[in-house]
Amino acid sequence: MPIKFENVNYEYPTEDKSVVAVKGVTLEIEDGSFVCVCGENGSGKSTLAKLMNGLLAPTSGVVTVDGRSTATEEETELFAIRQKVGMVFQNPDNQMIASIIEDEIAFGPENLGVPREEIGERIDYALSAVGMTEYRYNTPYKLSGGQKQRIAIAAVLAMKPEVLVLDESTAMLDPKGRAEVIKVAEELNKQGITIVLITHFMEEATRADRVIVMNGGSVVMDGTPAEIFRKREEIERYDLELPVADAIAAALIGEGLPLEDRIYSASELAEAICRSK
Amino acid sequence: MDKVVFGQYYPTDSVIHRMDPRIKLLAIILYIVTVFFLVDYVMYAAIFLFVLTITFIAKIPFKVLLRTVRTIIFLVLITSIINLFFTTGEELWVEWKFIKIYREGVEHAIKLALRLILLMLFPSLLTLTTTPMELTDALESLMSPLKLIKIPVHAIALIMSIALRMIPILMEETNKIMLAQKARGADFDTGGALKKAKAMIPVLVPLFVGAFRRADELALAMDARCYSSVAKRTKYKVMKLTVKDLVASVVCLAVFSLVFLNKYLWGFDEMILALFK
Repeated sequence: MPIKFENVNYEYPTEDKSVVAVKGVTLEIEDGSFVCVCGENGSGKSTLAKLMNGLLAPTSGVVTVDGRSTATEEETELFAIRQKVGMVFQNPDNQMIASIIEDEIAFGPENLGVPREEIGERIDYALSAVGMTEYRYNTPYKLSGGQKQRIAIAAVLAMKPEVLVLDESTAMLDPKGRAEVIKVAEELNKQGITIVLITHFMEEATRADRVIVMNGGSVVMDGTPAEIFRKREEIERYDLELPVADAIAAALIGEGLPLEDRIYSASELAEAICRSK
Repeated sequence: MDKVVFGQYYPTDSVIHRMDPRIKLLAIILYIVTVFFLVDYVMYAAIFLFVLTITFIAKIPFKVLLRTVRTIIFLVLITSIINLFFTTGEELWVEWKFIKIYREGVEHAIKLALRLILLMLFPSLLTLTTTPMELTDALESLMSPLKLIKIPVHAIALIMSIALRMIPILMEETNKIMLAQKARGADFDTGGALKKAKAMIPVLVPLFVGAFRRADELALAMDARCYSSVAKRTKYKVMKLTVKDLVASVVCLAVFSLVFLNKYLWGFDEMILALFK
């Protein structure tokens, strides 16, 4: 079990009063799973992400990664955690350090003290894993948003993480870029990397094998996408929107149409309705 | 190859471009010193010939090189004219009302102009043939002895390379903000200098706020990728001296010694004049 939250609270300290961002969260993220954390703005989902690799230490409660607590002052200990739990952020331009893609990807392994020859191999691996090999010597400046985020993912992959946390990494992208990033995430998950996808787009949750919905700092729903998507009214209460096809499917099931209880894409739904006379 | 999006780097595949940037940097420093040791016209001519030869080897069009001089032409003219009129000497050439021009004045003016142009040409040759990233790496490598007296050389180099990376991003942002303000009726193009400067305030404020926000996010992203200025890092790109760098060093030192010897021992002008007598 790589990541474990035990009754975790987190308060942002502000001048007069503190703002509670995460309240009493207990959960476990299992090895090799594809977890999607959904929630509206201010639901605490991004804070949850930053608690996973020790960027934030919990105000109370314990977060452990492979049994190590993230609330440590010890830099080597923290680095061990962050190497295991890699993180990609929202704005691709604000997380790139170098002017050339190759250097950008080398940055993480350099920090870990990986020997030179191996860094070269890791760059090859990371770029091919995100399908950006031919851009190795280019500058990230002229890439599209989706390509930039794939480079950001490659930069984390070069550190050989076990978990990849995508902290709203699709929020600033156009639909095409979003699809690119999700596709890469799915492929990495097939190779055994645990994916934690933080998003407010519920349609991205369809690919996950577990969906966690957050609201007001607490985990309010937790289950497979099918289980979650069935509770349409509850989802809407948390200001989230079901993907259109699934919203229609849920409504039809509610009206008594004998549809299979699962997640539909638009074409699948059309087919299912035609068959269900 | 769109390796660089700003600065005056002129990409060709010449030997000069592929030289170790450290040698280039040191050579340029040496030449700037050399320029101050030039005494007679023959040496000036020799050095100009040398610059042109390098430009030719570097496959840079002379037009491009001359363009860099154009920026200082005003400075050259003014300093030369001042020298022309205000240098006194023994051999009076022109006397008209209060204006007196001496032979020494003319000579001074010409040499000063040549010197200023050379001082512009050498660094231009460096920046035309070396990418900003290479220069940063060269500086880091050359300054590394300063680590012994606890100067954070790596951090300085990293700050420089991040600054370089951020230039195009901040330029883009400036344009965006200006367009946004123009869309709301801001006027950047008319009025005096003061009015124009005032019009820039609504551009600068959001630009700075944005830059600080970016810096914050970048720091977080670097933390997430285990960056530490104290821990032992490896370096992926290693600069290696090759035969061409040695050859270049020898040539540079030879030219420098020639200039030096000329100043203190020989004096080519007198030799040539002696020939004609």
